[in-house]
Amino acid sequence: MSLFLAWSLKAALFLLVLAIAVALVRLLKGPSAQDRVLALDCIYVSGMMAMLVLALTYGSSMYFEAALLIALFGFVGSTAMAKFLLRGEVIE
Amino acid sequence: MTTDIPLWAEIATSVLVLAGSLLALIGAVGLLRLPTFFQRVHAPTLGSTLGCWCLVLATIVYFSVKDGSLSVHAVLIGIFIALTAPVTTVFLLRAALFRQRRAGNPDVPPNITRS
Repeated sequence: MSLFLAWSLKAALFLLVLAIAVALVRLLKGPSAQDRVLALDCIYVSGMMAMLVLALTYGSSMYFEAALLIALFGFVGSTAMAKFLLRGEVIE
Repeated sequence: MTTDIPLWAEIATSVLVLAGSLLALIGAVGLLRLPTFFQRVHAPTLGSTLGCWCLVLATIVYFSVKDGSLSVHAVLIGIFIALTAPVTTVFLLRAALFRQRRAGNPDVPPNITRS
């Protein structure tokens, strides 16, 4: 792997961590509960993209499974929290 | 880590990776800066649609060139995100509409369901 690709992968990882940090500000300060759930949704998508960048960095396809699991549990969590905001309970 | 891939593949991977992570950052900044919730809900979709697909394409290009055979595992992630992100957004928007109507917010659009 050349220096060029290695540095662009590092820069991409930095941008994704910055995106997570910016969404974390919204998560902490968000005026309403749905703002916080939206910020958490943004955070897990950014984390999943960071997993893909790590898969490129280390050249290992093992990270795809981790990315898929993050996507799956993020979806389940966001849906459950949206359902909770709507009705006050998750399973009815 | 030590496998060398041709220059065109490195350039394509770098451009796609940087574009995807930049889109994710733009989406997060939009989530922070936009004034109301119904405007904020649009911003993170930038990262979860085009940004996610840019990274998936980058991994497909890199691993296909490195291994010398087509590897499309990552498409599964892209398809999964493409299927689930709208579902989450619709659920969340419905919850937000319900809560803001319940709180008596006058800016919320009216109910248009036929009764």
